[in-house]
Amino acid sequence: MSRPDKNRLASGGLIDRAAPLSFRFDGHSYRGYAGDTLASALLANGVRLVGRSFKYHRPRGIFSAGAEEPNALVELRSGARREPNTRATVVELFDGLEATSQNRWPSLGLDVLSVNRFLSPFLGAGFYYKTFMWPASFWEKLYEPFIRRAAGLGRAAEEADPDHYEKATAFCDVLVIGAGPAGLMAALAAGRTGARVILADEDFLPGGRLNAERREVHGRAGAAYAAHVAAELASLPNVRLMTRTTVFGAYDSGTYGALERVGDHLPVPAPFQPRQRLWRIIARRAVLAAGATERPIVFGGNDRPGVMLAGAVGTYVQRHAVLPGRHIALFANNDDAWRGMLAASEAGARVEAIIDVREEVSPALVEAARARDIRVLAGSRVIATQGRKLRTVDVATPRGREQLVVDTLAVSGGWSPAVHLTCHHGGRPVWNEAIAAFVPGASPAGLTVAGAANGSFGLGAALREGAAQGAEAAEALGFPVPPLDVPAVEDEAFALQPFWHVADSKGAAFVDLQNDVTAKDVGIAHKEGFRSVEHLKRYTTLGMATDQGRTSNVTGLAIMASLTGASIPETGTTIFRPPYTPVSLGALAGHHRGKDFRPVRLTPTHEWAARQGAVFVETGAWLRAQYFPRKGEKDWLETVTREVTAVRSSVGLIDVSTFGKIDLQGPDAGSFLDRVYINGFSALAVGKARYGVMLREDGMVMDDGTTARLGPEHYVMTTTTANAAKVYQHLEFCLQVLWPELDVAIASISEQWAQIAIAGPRSREVLARVVDADVDVSNEGLPFIGAVEGRVMGGVKARLFRLSFSGELGYEIAVPARHGAALAEALMAAGEEFGITPYGTEALGVMRIEKGHVSGNELSGQTAARDLGLGRMASTKKDYIGRVMAGRPGLVDPARPGFVGFRPVERARRLRAGAHFLSLGAKPETANDEGYMTSVAYSPHLGHWIGLGLLVRGPERIGERVRAYDPVRGEEFEVEVCAPGFIDPEGERLRG
Amino acid sequence: MRIPCPYCGERDAHEFSYLGDATLVRPDPAAVDAQDSALADRFHDYVYLRDNPAGAHREWWYHANGCRQWVRVTRDTRNHAIAGASLAREPGDAA
Repeated sequence: MSRPDKNRLASGGLIDRAAPLSFRFDGHSYRGYAGDTLASALLANGVRLVGRSFKYHRPRGIFSAGAEEPNALVELRSGARREPNTRATVVELFDGLEATSQNRWPSLGLDVLSVNRFLSPFLGAGFYYKTFMWPASFWEKLYEPFIRRAAGLGRAAEEADPDHYEKATAFCDVLVIGAGPAGLMAALAAGRTGARVILADEDFLPGGRLNAERREVHGRAGAAYAAHVAAELASLPNVRLMTRTTVFGAYDSGTYGALERVGDHLPVPAPFQPRQRLWRIIARRAVLAAGATERPIVFGGNDRPGVMLAGAVGTYVQRHAVLPGRHIALFANNDDAWRGMLAASEAGARVEAIIDVREEVSPALVEAARARDIRVLAGSRVIATQGRKLRTVDVATPRGREQLVVDTLAVSGGWSPAVHLTCHHGGRPVWNEAIAAFVPGASPAGLTVAGAANGSFGLGAALREGAAQGAEAAEALGFPVPPLDVPAVEDEAFALQPFWHVADSKGAAFVDLQNDVTAKDVGIAHKEGFRSVEHLKRYTTLGMATDQGRTSNVTGLAIMASLTGASIPETGTTIFRPPYTPVSLGALAGHHRGKDFRPVRLTPTHEWAARQGAVFVETGAWLRAQYFPRKGEKDWLETVTREVTAVRSSVGLIDVSTFGKIDLQGPDAGSFLDRVYINGFSALAVGKARYGVMLREDGMVMDDGTTARLGPEHYVMTTTTANAAKVYQHLEFCLQVLWPELDVAIASISEQWAQIAIAGPRSREVLARVVDADVDVSNEGLPFIGAVEGRVMGGVKARLFRLSFSGELGYEIAVPARHGAALAEALMAAGEEFGITPYGTEALGVMRIEKGHVSGNELSGQTAARDLGLGRMASTKKDYIGRVMAGRPGLVDPARPGFVGFRPVERARRLRAGAHFLSLGAKPETANDEGYMTSVAYSPHLGHWIGLGLLVRGPERIGERVRAYDPVRGEEFEVEVCAPGFIDPEGERLRG
Repeated sequence: MRIPCPYCGERDAHEFSYLGDATLVRPDPAAVDAQDSALADRFHDYVYLRDNPAGAHREWWYHANGCRQWVRVTRDTRNHAIAGASLAREPGDAA
């Protein structure tokens, strides 16, 4: 059963009293209304203690009514949706909301670790660097776990987030950031010109201060005027009004980051809707109308629940019809706070007294206060407070001390413009003496600042500036600007006497409430020489919490300035980086999580292979069949051995579509290939293919593959699967940048063609059964390394290559990708008589190792062609990419590791890739390292393990024994160096 | 960052991949004998030496997720302001 919301005013406010909502906080049920935030609803129900502080576990209440909230951080929801550190002041209330206080144990009322308060002498400024330093061994065992438990900010969910997050991009002419009076007018002025406008505001209700104050605009209540403008904006087809959307960063070229909380105000996101959406907004111009943040005055006991920013008291009263307390006093140094408190009083709040540090206050304000029976204590200051929740306030007045019995103390030390986005390109805010605040310095290109964010605190000025800048932005982009009737509102006087800290007050005086940094800590930093603003921040952690010091930076700076005797601008300011408010990692990741992190590419025969029972492996972005286990096979090795044996004795097939395929056409295609490969291609006969090696310009091998000449001006290149995109980009670079004079056009055709390799002594017979009648695949018609175009399966165009990676008689058949699966079926049918066997990447690897071909393991980017035994391929008659650098002394040093084969001396030993080579008798240390094993396989042909590797002077050491040393697996045994070809070194099988 | 691709128009930098200095010229391998150490030195400089200016920098961007053109971009390394962009096959701006 919900308790009544006892602090709710009977009328007024921007809440929907017809829509009551129930919610729970720390297990208790309460009632609120649509239009409430969690904070306003808690206050309405008289809940004032909402959390414990970060270091000292002091009881804390709600301090603000907006994104600047340092205290009221709660865990929202439960289970997988549990979200720590949400600010109760910006959580929109929904029915069934569940929140828990943080940082307390065992309960909010009784917190055992509040003992930290008595340890506070040890937890002051720089405690990380001092108190817990010695002895070093205590850090891990004692200090760190203690600090972790004692200090902290909520618990993250331990299960996977069940919600979706997405990313979106928007374009506009004018982006308006903030929908307060300045932002609404800017959007209206720009929107009426026909420019594409986006108006974004973090709140769920546009209007900003118009919703939180009692002001009249154009003869309407401020909130009603805001709703009226918002309605017009919503009706304009060229304007997009985005509420619940925080523009959190200004990036290069007019790009802005924004977070839209699509489903945060719902128990669970609506069907097919994300929880949050991360926007990239590309704006030609932008108007920043983010308003200003009130700052407190620092005094002893200023953190008790019940001490609250004056503007927040006004917001709760006016917007939410909630009295934050029964007996309210104001402590301020400016007129604005008076006006807000008088308005609150008119709305029904019981304001007992106004304490102002100024001796002289405008007689009109004093008169108005007295008329409402509010005591005025001018020239006074708060020197102490009492109560676990605020009960009494001690005030020093010119006539002596007195104690006020109040449960709420509204505080105002003035306002700080929300300059954050203007700093994102390095702009430094500048000090404005008149308002005692930092105003924007240099802003990012294309961004102007209007209203309170610009230091123009008057409502009339905000409306005028907004309208002017909205119109100006549109006009600069060429939109004709119609006249706009800007509401004439009187500019209230902004009278303020800078005042930061009641130095003679009693008790801990907090500057940064979220990080528990006190005025004393600032004093310690000063005494110990950490006086620059950057040192102050890091030494005391002032302004480093999730609120980034919204309510504390300027105050801390001012206190430091008073200690050093320097002015505030001389002391400096910290600038702000994105994000403006915290952005969840889920939103930044969007859909890029789990299997969706990147797309999975499937081969044309994927479904067919799955039906054959394939086990798949990721190779780059591709999923390829790794092997095809059959019933009764006990492990992958048995399967792979069967597949290899089938190929070597009869015939097998494998999808090789993942190889990169690049089509090259033009009169200079041959000479272009001569320049990118180390070997020659211009003299290659039409109808032939050739293995080629290409280098990087630094002389290392980049990639290898076969390239076929299909016509006088037409070649088709294949690349390795992994390097397909890289090689294509490289070729484009060569053509566009290095040799634009060459007449060649290239295109990637990797996706367009399916390619299947068949290998084994019976492969020709299988091929003969799938080609159309006019295609001659005899040894004469299609000799080794032949490449012809023809048709298969009754009219399907195809490219036939007689190539072999396995060392057996072999062919590769390319057909348009959509025929790939049918080709696999056709080959299986044609080879049934020979027991044709599908094989995967494992068997392919075994056969290439048996044959002694290099592959990805050897093309590591650290090997030159010479190292791989491919040096003799290099032409000496032409220049090519990498030629000169491949000739430098370091790369032609005969002592470099060279490519050789290995077999275990004890034949039963299993070789391991990664094992390092040591000369017999050499100690296993880096200086004696002679290279490493790059690839290993069990050779069914030889009946034992074989390996390939890079060994110092390897080719000169054939027949020698070395040790293969594998400290990772704790193995060490002798291997014999041999030539890298383990099967048919003469290549008779290929040519047969 | 937005790059004004001369072929596609202004596009987000994410569509491009970066290579670097566009003022480097590949040494002419025919100018001197291949074994000449001067040629090796020139290639060494071409492959390894890069200026790192604070200010205007002409650099190659490849529009991989677009027109696949290599674009010569003049970018201020201090603030990412882009002064111009031209296709590799077109003559570069004088800057």
